[in-house]
Amino acid sequence: MLTFMASDSEEEVCDERTSLMSAESPPPRCCQEARQGLEDGENAAQWMPWPPGTRASGPQPAGWSFRLESTTQTAHVHFHDTRARRRRAHRGRSLWPSPCGFPQRSQDSEEDFEDDADHYVCGGVPGQPSGLEEELTLKYGAKHVIMLFVPVTLCMIVVVATIKSVRFYTEKNGQLPYGAGREQSLQPAISLSIYTPFTEDTPSVGQRLLNSVLNTLIMISVIVAMTIFLVVLYKYRCYKFIHGWLIMSSLMLLFLFTYIYLGEVLKTYNVAMDYPTLFLTVWNFGAVGMVCIHWKGPLVLQQAYLIMISALMALVFIKYLPEWSAWVILGAISVYDLVAVLCPKGPLRMLVETAQERNEPIFPALIYSSAMVWTVGMAKLDPSSQGALQLPYDPEMEDSYDSFGEPSYPEVFEPPLPGYPGDELEEEEERGVKLGLGDFIFYSVLVGKAAATGSGDWNTTLACFVAILIGLCLTLLLLAVFKKALPALPISITFGLIFYFSTDNLVRPFMDTLASHQLYI
Amino acid sequence: MTAAVFFGCAFIAFGPALALYIFTIATEPLRVIFLIIGAFFWLVSLLFSSLFWFVARTITANKDGPIQKYLLILGVLVSVLIQELFRFVYYKLLKKASEGLKSINPDETTPSMRLLAYVSGLGFGIMSGVFAFVNTLSDSLGPGTVGIHGDSPQFFLNSAFMTLVIILLHVFWGIIFFDGCEKKKWSALLIVLLTHLLVSALGKSQI
Repeated sequence: MLTFMASDSEEEVCDERTSLMSAESPPPRCCQEARQGLEDGENAAQWMPWPPGTRASGPQPAGWSFRLESTTQTAHVHFHDTRARRRRAHRGRSLWPSPCGFPQRSQDSEEDFEDDADHYVCGGVPGQPSGLEEELTLKYGAKHVIMLFVPVTLCMIVVVATIKSVRFYTEKNGQLPYGAGREQSLQPAISLSIYTPFTEDTPSVGQRLLNSVLNTLIMISVIVAMTIFLVVLYKYRCYKFIHGWLIMSSLMLLFLFTYIYLGEVLKTYNVAMDYPTLFLTVWNFGAVGMVCIHWKGPLVLQQAYLIMISALMALVFIKYLPEWSAWVILGAISVYDLVAVLCPKGPLRMLVETAQERNEPIFPALIYSSAMVWTVGMAKLDPSSQGALQLPYDPEMEDSYDSFGEPSYPEVFEPPLPGYPGDELEEEEERGVKLGLGDFIFYSVLVGKAAATGSGDWNTTLACFVAILIGLCLTLLLLAVFKKALPALPISITFGLIFYFSTDNLVRPFMDTLASHQLYI
Repeated sequence: MTAAVFFGCAFIAFGPALALYIFTIATEPLRVIFLIIGAFFWLVSLLFSSLFWFVARTITANKDGPIQKYLLILGVLVSVLIQELFRFVYYKLLKKASEGLKSINPDETTPSMRLLAYVSGLGFGIMSGVFAFVNTLSDSLGPGTVGIHGDSPQFFLNSAFMTLVIILLHVFWGIIFFDGCEKKKWSALLIVLLTHLLVSALGKSQI
């Protein structure tokens, strides 16, 4: 039935996404070959250029390696020097033991909200003075923060704009005036109500609170179960299954939810559109989205699609989760994220360790990646050529999980020049930050709920927005300090929750009174 | 008609701040981060002032009448004090941060204290202006307008200009405040505090 499929896809789609990771530009092609073990010698020579005698084995990233792990996915923010990347011949998503001794793993999100592959990126270049590395990483640290701020802000803007203008997403089920809409709205409602069966239409506050807590427990246990299922799948190498699941869920998102969304927007603005045009539009949108996300496409387009599907998912959550349950779920998921990432027996950590043992990318993921400047060269053949190139897709070199890894982001390559210290000022920095879509989704759910449930109050929405950005900043800062994996959700969600409740109850009456008297503080 | 009021007032209130942001801050990621942290500090100060006002109101058991007016005035004064306090706290934080940045990369150009003063002032100002005006602005888009019960029909325009003034004043206060802190000229801080109180007190005639 469509409902169950929809629900599955909702669940699966959400799963992938909470991770914050940094990605380097994908390695040059020769690195891919090297990864296949074909030309290790040459490549090693090309990308392990540091002079003999420098410590090549010390696992001391001169750069900062941040790993944020959120509930479902570990997030890994990694800032490092281009030269380090050049030295590492790696694919963006491959697990390639880098010369500095770190396995690189991509953190990919899973289908469920649970784990993702952790992306450990080797940071820094051994042999370089550490101050130099830190300098470079600090300089680009701020840029990475902004590279995360922009997509998170855009996603929130889309969600808030939709909430404020399209009534559909704030109406509770059964209140829709349109018959067709009723069917559409009820189906996902039925599917989600399986996860939140306790109603919130109870007379007493205590009962309502209890029901929300019970709903949350059910939801979180579903998440935990799916995480463990995913870890098991990964352990037993069922990559095809995961890949298919991922394709199914993004299909659902890109076609079904877009269709519903477009329908509601058209209804709100009373714009008539005939079915052929509608189907043409949705088909084009969805098909290009599938290509961009799972295969190749321009980076900006892929980023835009990922933001859009995160927004769509967040809107679904905002509509179908009951009021209080949504808040409790947000809190619980931050706690789960903390536990799953930091505890030694946490599923996410186990997933990461398994991937580390196997030296491979964990999962195909829906991860937002924002690679920055890039220079591309023909790796082995012509190290000096630079220009914009998309690496041609090389089917024979991929195995199953490579193909997962491929689509998430366009190939960006670094010139595989042997690095030397004098070069750094001339080279373009190629740093990218990857953020799992789950983080996008939960941040947007928080801000969207603030926009939906405040009594038309914009102050609450803005306060939550600033709080989430500050939480993101703090998380990145903590990563720089601790240099180990940290969950991405807890700080932002905690700040967001604190500011939501305090702004709604304390600040709003104060500001309203001031504004009505035209008093400015 | 309402769209015209909305856009007009929005650009009156936020136009200069937006221009300042686009031309001076948006290009440098570090400045954007400091701006957002400044906005956050102002938000926290507002939180504490609202808490104070709320507690004061519950203590006086929400009686109507002149007591509410006095409570509001008291709330405004306390809010100004807390804002300046948080500006000082932000100054201390920036001082530590810039020292840290300098020690890490001595030859990189870290932002000077003057620039940080400007950025922090703008952060405070933008947040203050937005919180003060955005609800009024969204109401101006709605059906109807102001003035049916004898209120001034220039309500929106007045508020827009006042918001603009407050944003710019926060920028100036930020610069003067940080300069006073840097040179240990405590008279500058006092002047900032007094002028802030004066500006807020000007609105009292409206109550």
